Parts: sequence; structure tokens; C-alpha cells
Amino acid sequence: MRVKLLSIAGAVMACLLVAGVASAGSRSEASPTATSGDTLIYAGASDPTYLDPALVSDGESFRITKQIFESLVDFIPGTTKITPALARSWSVAKDGRTYTFNLRTGVKFHDGTPFNAAAVCANFNRWYNFSGPFQDASATYYYQTVFGGFRKNENSTLGKPLYQSCRAKNASTAVVKLARRNGPFLASLVLSAFSIQSPTAMARWGANQGTIRNGAFYPTGQYAFSHPTGTGPYRLQSWRVGESVVLVRNPSYWGRKARLARIIIRPIGDNTARVQALQTGEVYGMDLLAPQLVASVRNNSNLKVLSRPSFNVAYVGINSSKPPMNDVRVRRAVAYGLNRQLVVRSFYAGRAQVAHEFMPPSLPGYEKNVTKYAFNPQRSKDLLRAAGCGPPCKISFWYPTGVSRPYMPDPKANFEAFKASLEQSGFEVETTSMPWRPDYVKHVNDGTAGHLFLIGWTGDYADADNFLGVFFQGYNPQFGERNAALDKLLDRGEQETNQAKRAAIYKQANRLIAQQVPGVPYAHSVPALGFQKRIRGYFTSPIGTDLFKTVFFGGQ
Amino acid sequence: MVRFIVRRLLLLIPILFGVSVLLFFWVRALPGSPAESLLGERATPALVEAYKERYGLDQPLWKQYVEYMQTIFRDRDLGVSVATHRQVTDEIGQRFPATVELAIAAMIFAVGFGIPLGFIAAKRYGGPVDQGSLFFSLIGISVPIFVLAILLKYIFAVRLAWLPSVGRIDLLNFDAEHPTNFYVLDAIITRDPETLWDVIKHLILPAIALGSIPLAIIARITRASVLDVQNEDYVRTARAKGMAPRIVDRRHVLRNALLPVTTVIGLQMGFLLSGAILTETVFAYPGMGSWLRDAIFNRDYPVLQGGILFLALVFVLVNLVVDVLYAVINPRIRYS
Repeated sequence: MRVKLLSIAGAVMACLLVAGVASAGSRSEASPTATSGDTLIYAGASDPTYLDPALVSDGESFRITKQIFESLVDFIPGTTKITPALARSWSVAKDGRTYTFNLRTGVKFHDGTPFNAAAVCANFNRWYNFSGPFQDASATYYYQTVFGGFRKNENSTLGKPLYQSCRAKNASTAVVKLARRNGPFLASLVLSAFSIQSPTAMARWGANQGTIRNGAFYPTGQYAFSHPTGTGPYRLQSWRVGESVVLVRNPSYWGRKARLARIIIRPIGDNTARVQALQTGEVYGMDLLAPQLVASVRNNSNLKVLSRPSFNVAYVGINSSKPPMNDVRVRRAVAYGLNRQLVVRSFYAGRAQVAHEFMPPSLPGYEKNVTKYAFNPQRSKDLLRAAGCGPPCKISFWYPTGVSRPYMPDPKANFEAFKASLEQSGFEVETTSMPWRPDYVKHVNDGTAGHLFLIGWTGDYADADNFLGVFFQGYNPQFGERNAALDKLLDRGEQETNQAKRAAIYKQANRLIAQQVPGVPYAHSVPALGFQKRIRGYFTSPIGTDLFKTVFFGGQ
Repeated sequence: MVRFIVRRLLLLIPILFGVSVLLFFWVRALPGSPAESLLGERATPALVEAYKERYGLDQPLWKQYVEYMQTIFRDRDLGVSVATHRQVTDEIGQRFPATVELAIAAMIFAVGFGIPLGFIAAKRYGGPVDQGSLFFSLIGISVPIFVLAILLKYIFAVRLAWLPSVGRIDLLNFDAEHPTNFYVLDAIITRDPETLWDVIKHLILPAIALGSIPLAIIARITRASVLDVQNEDYVRTARAKGMAPRIVDRRHVLRNALLPVTTVIGLQMGFLLSGAILTETVFAYPGMGSWLRDAIFNRDYPVLQGGILFLALVFVLVNLVVDVLYAVINPRIRYS
């Protein structure tokens, strides 16, 4: 009897396999694309954290919230130029601290409640009044980055709040007053973290309820998981963790309606699995296409590669507090000794340009005429001799393992090429490597890495302050020493609200940085995305938050 | 038997306590903290310190452990994920059914092919079939799961497009209902044959990849066990009495040879249910394995502690069930 049962089980398995294989038939039958004319299936790398944009800081969450919510201002798709969104226009008072936003009328949140000045002020005041667990950096990272502190700071690391007040002058005019002048304020409002959410829905579904349990911030209300309510072109239909987030078109959207009825975002963590899902037609588009996989997409006649405008910088950091790096001549020798052209040409699959500054060329404040350090081993050796350090000049150089960043796809390859060129230029390099998470980043950020180290940065919002300010404003242990002149310039840049004057200040800062060489920027990479050729109307945002409302299906 | 089961269940308490202590200190022995893992380049020393202070990670370890246990008993949950900010129990509720389905499918594959293969190999001892089965079972054990998974996926999903390459279900199947999160069961309950077939199609490749090692082990154990049993006196007696060879094989050889195989199946089931990290990663299968993998990378203490504690419980319970089944299959076994 048992044998019979086992034989039957075996036979069933065999039949299932054969039938599965047979019935799946051709690719077009197996692929879901045959019935998907109004739905885009898009692969990200993971689930969103949750869907209250004020409480998240990761790209996967913003990918979703960007479709559900809108901010007062936005970027023109594919650029870093600010354009009206929920605010039709705005003006800045002479004091540089008072912003008057003229709002769109007739706009409704997904729950049917009106978008107006009171809703705008409710959102600003919500952020400002966050307390308890909401003041944790993992909950309100971007608020803290831009606005510095809360009404009542509960942590000594928080600063003075930038926000002062918001007044609803009338239904369509909101006046936001800042505590001090701040140049990046408007650009930072583009961030999805500063989206305007429905005050009614937030109150109804407990958006301001949260706690810390077992060492983690946890929103206890339902809002962030199942009831995010904005004004955007899509609204949330469902979210199955690990499987999909389904967004459906908002039929009452104030602007031009989304072209596709449905967007499905599917989390696929593995880079290769994401590309294979694109090849099999199980997804129609994907982000974070690793440079080594670009060719496999490009060589497929049904697929295409899109580029995200470069918005990052890879650099060789120099810790100036560690001799001999406290001598600017040695730092310049490092700059001449790094063969950046070779690294960019060899390890970025043609998807990067050599960097000369710590910010991407697309941002106002980029200075074309800075001191450039082309690879010159002889010059490097001369500088080392003048500085009394060798040659060979002994230095330690660190690089991370177990990581691939958009700006640094293969750190080891970069390192080895740099090491060789430095040794050719009069340096004796002592190598240290360690895992990116958590050891490497910790040592780099607290200033305990070597003389030189590989690292980089991807911008959060389109402002020079989000690059130069992050690196060099105030004391940054990563670079060792504080440069008072540069610090002062960056303070001025942050406070200046006239954009032309700001650009001039950052250009000056870039010239100073290039002279002082606190580090050597070497690449601005161009991240890639993969799509089926029939997907049209997709604009890639430099900061990674792409809008899906313009996407549609076209021919091949 | 009842006393045996009760005693085994009571033993769970010290086992789980021991596991919880080991886990707690093991995850904290991993270098770094969730702050550095999650914040990446943005993990400035000030942010890391503030994070540790807020989450009590600067407290002595014993204090953290007491607090952790208090939270488990007071709130009756396993905490909240540092990375996803979701309750660990909720995530287990969503992901464990996926892993159970995959484990069962893998085990059906392993048993369905492993036992007949082992039996036939033993009956053709020394012949080409036996040699072939030995060779393939050796390959099954030696080839890393992820290599097989990638290979299967590349051939059957990417090149031939016969089977899906990722996930549990076609995402355009909007009509599918999931009352239990066990998709096969859900499709049966809701009488939805199309969804049932769709779910099975998504299970085939990961189940083959995952079931390859248990298949090889089961085939080898079955072979060895059948070789032992068929030389026993009672088998010889049955043959001498003139009983038909098929009936001898079925009643006397296979029935007795399967006893050690049952134990192996139980153990393997325990392993399969513990989460197939590599297989789930390659097939983007949303089960416990891929979840725990992310937790290791993120130093997600609550997930590692809660998730592995839960899997330890499952492992112990599966083994208890196997022990009980063993007695049911073989009435000569008596537990006291």
C-alpha cells in the first residue's frame, strides 16, 4: 500500500513537472505581458519601510510616496530645476525668511478633503512638533537634516529649528516663516519627506502615534501602512510585504491624469534576479541596474537602458589631521598621483565622467575653472620631495569590501588601480580593507580610517549645500581638520537666499577646495535603469524619485 | 505516549530559554550596530551615539536582555524590526506560510523522487542504475544550492521561458484571494484552479533547487536501508515461502526500510522550514530566508532574535512530530 502511495506521489510530481513545462508553452504565454496594457510592473530592490513620507528616508519608500503625495514645489522631470507643484507660485520677502506660497485651488486629497493653506500649515506644524520617538533620526532624518531641530528638542545632538511658523493667510495662501535665512530651503521642499498629507486622514488613522519597542521606532497607527493620503496621481490600493505594492490611478487628480491605470512595484533584492525578471517579462522596468549587467540588457533586442542624471560623487578622502597629510603639498601630490582617468575609463562601463569637484556639474555653484590635477607622477614626486616626505612617502589607504555603490561599483578595482598609480608616483601604500557594513563606514566617519580612503555621496536634494555643506561645513572627523575660510564661505552660502549670489559663493568654495585638496573627487557616475522597449514616457530624476504618471506603453 | 509528548513539550521551555540567551549575545557579538548598517555614509558619530542612547544599546548587555524578555512577556510579541519598523510577529505571519509551502513542495519533490530512486538503486545493486543514482545523489549533495538554483532559473525561466523566475504568484492575478497566506491552500479554498496552477508554477523551480539535497540524502538512505533489510531473515523466509517478489518488496522490504528514512525526512523538513536563504534570494521568494538574510546585513537584532527563536521552536516541534510519527509507523517503538 505504502509503495503504491509513494509511486503515485512520484508520478504526480513528474506529471506536474511535465505539465508545467508543457502548459507554460511559449514565452508569450508564460509572460504576463499579454494582458497588461494598463499596468506597469516595476522592480525595486526592497519593500518600502512605510508610507508616511515624513517618517522615511530610504529610496524604496520614496519611490512609492512620490506617486501618492506631492510637495509644494517639484523638479521639472529629469532635471534639478524647481517648478511649481501644489504651490502655483511663491515669493520670498526681503528678510529672506518669509516665504509666501500661492496654492493651487480645487485640489483634493484622496480622502476627498480639500487641499488648502490650513493643510499646508498643519503639515509644517506636525513636523515641527514631533516629539518622543519621532525625534529619532531613523524616523525624521530629512526633517532633522533640513530643519535642524524641533519645537522642544529632546536630544542634545539636535540643533536650533529652522522653522518658526506657518500662517494660512487665506485658503490659497500659506506664509511660512523661518527662524533664519536659508538658501537650500526651497530646493529641499522638493523632497518627498516634505509632501503635504491630508490632516484629516492623518488624524483618523493615527499618523502621529508611534513608539519605540525593542530598540526600534514603530508607528502604531494604521496610517503609514495602509492609509497614506495625499494629492498625487496615484493612490495606494494594496501592499503585500515582500510581494508587491499596488497603486491605482487617482481619478480626481487635479492635473493631467496618470496614463496607466495601475502601477505594481515588486521588491527583488538580488541584482541578477531583477535583470532576469526583466528579461522574462515578469517586470517591465527596473531600477538599480548594476554596471556589470548593463550589457546584458543592452544586448537584448526587447530591452533598453535608461540613464539617471549623475547626482553623486566618488572621492578619495584625505584625513588632514594625520601627518604627512597635514601638509597641503602632500595632499596635492596625492591628487597628481591618482590616475582618475584610468579608473573611470576601466571600471565604470562608460557610465561615468572624471570628477574635479565634490558636487555634480548640473548644480548651480559648479565652477568650471578649478585647479585640475591630471595624473602626473613626476609632479607628485617633486611635491613629496619639497614636503620632505620621501619618496617613498609612506601612507595608509583604506577601501571597503562587500559593497557596490552607484558611485563606486567595484571598490577593490578602483583601489588597486589607485594604489598602483600612487606607488608609481612616489608613495608607499599600506593597504587596509574591511566590510562596508558596519566597520568601514564607522571608521571613515569618525576619522579613524587611514590617511586615504575610498568613499562617496549621492545627493538628497538639488542644492550645493547638500554636497559641500555635508562634507566641509563645520567639523567633519572624516577630513580631520576644519578649514575656517571654507567653513565661513559655506555658512554664507547656506544663509544666502539670492540664488545667483549663492552660486557665486559655492563657485568660490569649489576653487578653495581644489586648492586645499581635503580629498580628491574622481567620478560622477551615471546610474542605469532597465526597461522593456515598449515602455515610454519614463523620466529619470537625478535624486531617484521618478514619477510614473507620464509612463505609457508604446511600440517597440 | 501522552506522557512522552508532554515531557517533550515541557522541555521546550529550557530549550527556548537557552536559544534566546545564545541568540541575544550572538547577534550583539556581530560587529557594528543597526545604526551604522542602516545609515551607511550618513552614520556620523553623533547620529550613531544618539541612536544607541535612544534604543538602549549603550546599556549593559544583561540589562538589554532582561528588557527584551520583559517586552516579550509583557507585550506578547517579539519586538519590532529596526529596518522595516514592522512587528516581527506580523512579518512571521506573512512570510512563514511562504516558507512552509516551499518546504512542503521541496519535500514532495525529494520524497517523490528520492525513495523510488533509492529503492530501484538497491534492487539493481552494482548495476548501471545503481551507479547512476549514486553519481546523481553525489552531485545533488555536492552542488551548492545557489548554483543549481541559478542554473535552473537560467535554463527554464530565462532561456526557455517555461516557468516564472521570481515570486509566488503572477502579480497581474488581481482576483486571487489570500485568506490564509498559504497560496496553494487559498486557491483550493476559493476554488480557483487558475491561481492554483499559477502558484504551483512558481513553486516548481525553487522546490527542485531546494529539494535537491534532501532528495540525494533520502535516495542514499533508502538505498542503504533497502540493502540492509533485504538480507534480513524475515525477508529470506518470506521468499522461501514462495511469496511473490513484489509483495515481499512491498510488505517486508520497503515498509521496514522506510523507518530510518522517516527520521531523515523529519530532520530535512526541519531544515527546510528553517528558511532557504539562498533559494529564496535567487527566486525573490518572499519567505523567512530572504527576510533573515536582510536582517543579518542590517544587524536587525529584533528580527534575528525573534525570527530564529521562532524557527528553533518550529524545528523542535517538527522533530517531536517525527518522533511521534515514528511510533505510529512502527508499532514496536514504545516511548516512555
